Amino acid sequence: MLARWQFGITTVYHFLFVPLTIGLAFTVAGFQTAWYRTGKDEYLRLTRFFGELFLINFAIGVVTGIVQEFQFGMNWSSYSRFVGDIFGAPLAIEGLLAFFLESTFLGLWIFGWDRLSKRVHLATIWIAATGTLLSAYFILAANSWMQHPVGYVVNPATGRAELTDFLALLTNSTTLITFPHTIAAAFMTTGAFLAGIAMYRMLKDRGRPEDAAPFRSAAKAGAVMLLVSGLLVAVTGDIQGKIMTEQQPMKMAAAEALWETEQPASFSIFTIGTPDGSEDVFSIRIPFLLSFLATGTFDGKVEGINDLQAQAVARFGPGDYSPNIPITYWTFRWMIGMGALAALAAAWFLFRMRKGRTPAGRTVLVAVLLPFLPLAANSFAWMFTEIGRQPWIVFGLMQTATAVSPSVSAIEVLLTMVGFTLLYGAMAVVMVGLVVRRVRAGLPPATSDRGFEHEAEPALGLGY
Amino acid sequence: MELTTVWFALIAVLWIGYFVLEGFDFGVGILLPVLGRDEPERRAMLRTIGPVWDGNEVWLLVAGGATFAAFPEWYATLFSGFYLALFLILVALIVRGMGIEYRNKRGDAAWRSRWDRVIAIGSLVPALLWGVAFANIVAGVPIDADKEFTGNLLTLLNPFGLLGGLTTLLLFVTHGLVFLALKTDGELRERATTLAPKVGLPTAVVAVAFLAWTNVQTGTTLSMVVAALAALAFVGALVAATVRREGWAFLGTAVTIALAVASLFLALFPDVMPSSTDPAFSLTTTNAASTPYTLTIMTAVAVVFTPLVLVYQGWTYWVFRKRVTVTREPAKP
Repeated sequence: MLARWQFGITTVYHFLFVPLTIGLAFTVAGFQTAWYRTGKDEYLRLTRFFGELFLINFAIGVVTGIVQEFQFGMNWSSYSRFVGDIFGAPLAIEGLLAFFLESTFLGLWIFGWDRLSKRVHLATIWIAATGTLLSAYFILAANSWMQHPVGYVVNPATGRAELTDFLALLTNSTTLITFPHTIAAAFMTTGAFLAGIAMYRMLKDRGRPEDAAPFRSAAKAGAVMLLVSGLLVAVTGDIQGKIMTEQQPMKMAAAEALWETEQPASFSIFTIGTPDGSEDVFSIRIPFLLSFLATGTFDGKVEGINDLQAQAVARFGPGDYSPNIPITYWTFRWMIGMGALAALAAAWFLFRMRKGRTPAGRTVLVAVLLPFLPLAANSFAWMFTEIGRQPWIVFGLMQTATAVSPSVSAIEVLLTMVGFTLLYGAMAVVMVGLVVRRVRAGLPPATSDRGFEHEAEPALGLGY
Repeated sequence: MELTTVWFALIAVLWIGYFVLEGFDFGVGILLPVLGRDEPERRAMLRTIGPVWDGNEVWLLVAGGATFAAFPEWYATLFSGFYLALFLILVALIVRGMGIEYRNKRGDAAWRSRWDRVIAIGSLVPALLWGVAFANIVAGVPIDADKEFTGNLLTLLNPFGLLGGLTTLLLFVTHGLVFLALKTDGELRERATTLAPKVGLPTAVVAVAFLAWTNVQTGTTLSMVVAALAALAFVGALVAATVRREGWAFLGTAVTIALAVASLFLALFPDVMPSSTDPAFSLTTTNAASTPYTLTIMTAVAVVFTPLVLVYQGWTYWVFRKRVTVTREPAKP
C-alpha cells in the first residue's frame, strides 16, 4: 500500500514537470529559430527569458527521473521479475536513445552560445527537443503495455511474461493513441504557461512598449497553442476513450460510476452518491453522451461495474476487480474540466487582445492562475489512468498487491516515502521561487548574442 | 559468445563509462568547498563540469535500464535488496543535480554557499556508496532461494564494503584533481596539481588493498592481471601528474578506474550477484537473464546507437576542450 503511495507521489510529481519540458523545449527552439531567421532582438530576448524558465523546470524533471528508473526495482521487485523481459527494453532504449540526446545537446546549448556557430547552436536545441519526444514515446510504450499487454506469452515454466513481438509492443494501439494525447497535453500545458506568464508580463510592462510588444506576441502564441493543442487533446482523448472501453471496460464504467449496464447510457457532469457510492442521490446528466464517448454511437451499450465484476470473477476467480470508484469518477471529470477551463481562458485572452487591445488589470489574476490548470489536468489524468486500472498493475495479468518487493519492509518504504515527499516538497518551493523571481525580473536585455556566461547579475545568462 | 555474456560485458562497459565520467565530476563536486577559495574559483570549477555532468549521469540511467532489460532478476534483487543505500544515493544525486543547476540562478552569496555544501555532500555520498555497493555485489550478500536479499543496510557496511567505498571515493577525488589540473588555469590549476599526488598516494594504498582483497576472495587470473594493470596505470597517472603532463595524467586515472571496475566485473563473472547464504542461490548470467529474443533486440539497438552516443558525447568534450579561466571582472549592475 505504501509502495503505491510512493509510486503515486513520485510519478505525479515527476509528471508535473515533464510535459512542460517537452513543450518548452520546442517553444524555445521556435523562438530561437525566429531569431535565427529574422535577426530581431525581441526573439532573442524571448528565447533567453523562456530558455531560463525551461532550464529551471528541466533540472527537476531530470533529477526526479532517476528515481523513476530505479523504483521499479526498489519497490516493485516482483513486478520487475515478472515483466522485466518486456518492460525493461523500452526503458533501456529510452535511456540510450533519448536521455543521452537530451542531456548532451542541452549541455551544448546552454554553454555553446559562443563556441558553436549560430546554425549548429540552433540545431542543438532542436535535437534536445526531439530527444524529449523520443523519451515520451518509449516510456508511454512501457506504460501502455501495463494498460494493454501485447506481444508476449507467459512462460509456464518460469511464470514470467516473455516478449515475443517487439514491434507489437512499439505499435500497441494504446501507445499509438496515448502518445499524441500526451504530447498534445504537453503543448497545452506549455501554451498555458506561455500565455499566462507573457500576459502577466505584458500587463506589468505596459509602460515599456519595447518589452510589452514581445510579450504580446508570446501571449498570443501561447493562447493559440493552447487552443489548437486543446482541440487535439479532446480529439485524441475521445479516440482513447473508445479504445479504453474495448480494452479496459471497467475503467470506463468506473469513470462514469456506472453500476448497471445501460443502453443508451447518459453522462453525468456532477453526482452526489450514497456513501458506498452505489446509488445516486443527485446528479446532472446528459443523455446519450456516455454511449457516444465510449462507443462512438449515441445508443451504444456501455457495460456497468456490476456486470463487469461478475465477468472478471468468472475469468480470474473471486476478488474485487473494480478500482476506487469516487476517485476514478472525479479525476476523470476534473481532468476534462480543468482542460476545458484552460481553453476558455485562452479564448478569452485572444478576445481581449483583438486588434491590438490591451486587457484590463483583472486579467492578471487569470494569467497567474492559467498555468496551473493544465498541470492539474495532467495530474488528474495520470491518476485516472493508473488508479482506474486497479487492482491490476498489468491489466489482466498481475495484480498490484502481488507486485511489491518482498525483501523491503514497510518501515523502509515509509521512511523513503516520507523522505521523498519532504524532499520533493522543498524542491517545489525552491523551483517555484526561482520561476517567480525570474518572471518578476522581466525580459533580459539583448545586448549581445554571445558571452551568456559572463552576464550581469542577477545572472541572466543561461550558463554558470 | 553467448548473448548473456555479451550483455554482462555491455553492462560492465556502461558502469565503467559511468564511473570514469561521473567519477571526475563527483571529484570536482567534493573538492568544490576545499579547492575553490572564492566565488570566481568555485564558479570556474563548476564550469569545467557544467556542460557534461548531466550527460555523464545518463550512463547510470542506461546501466540501470540495461540491467532491467537484460537481467531482470539481477535488477530486481539488487535494487530491492540495496534499498536504503540506493535511496541515499538517489537523494544525493537529486540535491546535487539541483545544486549544480540552481546555484547560479541567484546572485546572493548565502544562496550559493548553501548550494555549494549541498553539491559537495551530494557528490561525496554516492562516490562512497557506489564503492560499498560494488564491493558487496562482488563479495556476495545473503540471498535466499527465492532470489530475495535477506540482509539490511548494516549488512552492506562491513569492512570490505567500506574499504570498497573508500576506494571509489579516493579514486574519484584524485580523478577530479587531475581533471581540474587539466581544465583550469592559474592558481586553481597549481593547487590541483600540487594536491593530486598528495591524495594519490593514500589512494594507491587503499585501492591496491581493496583490489588485492577482492582478487583473493573471488579472483581469476584475468581479473588479477587487469587489477595489476590498473595499479600500473595509476602509478603512471601520478608520475604524469607530478611532471605536469596533465593530459596523460587524466588519461591515466581514467584508465585506472576503467581497469579497476573491469577487474571487479571479471571477478564477478559468471555470477551477477553471488549469494553468501548458499552458492546454489546465486544469481548468474544464465538464471537472471532475459529471453534470447529480448537480448537479440537489445543487442541490435545497442550496436546501432552506442557508437552514435559515443561520437556526439565525444564531440561535446571536443567543443568544450578549452581551459576554463577564473573570471574576476566585477559584475555589471
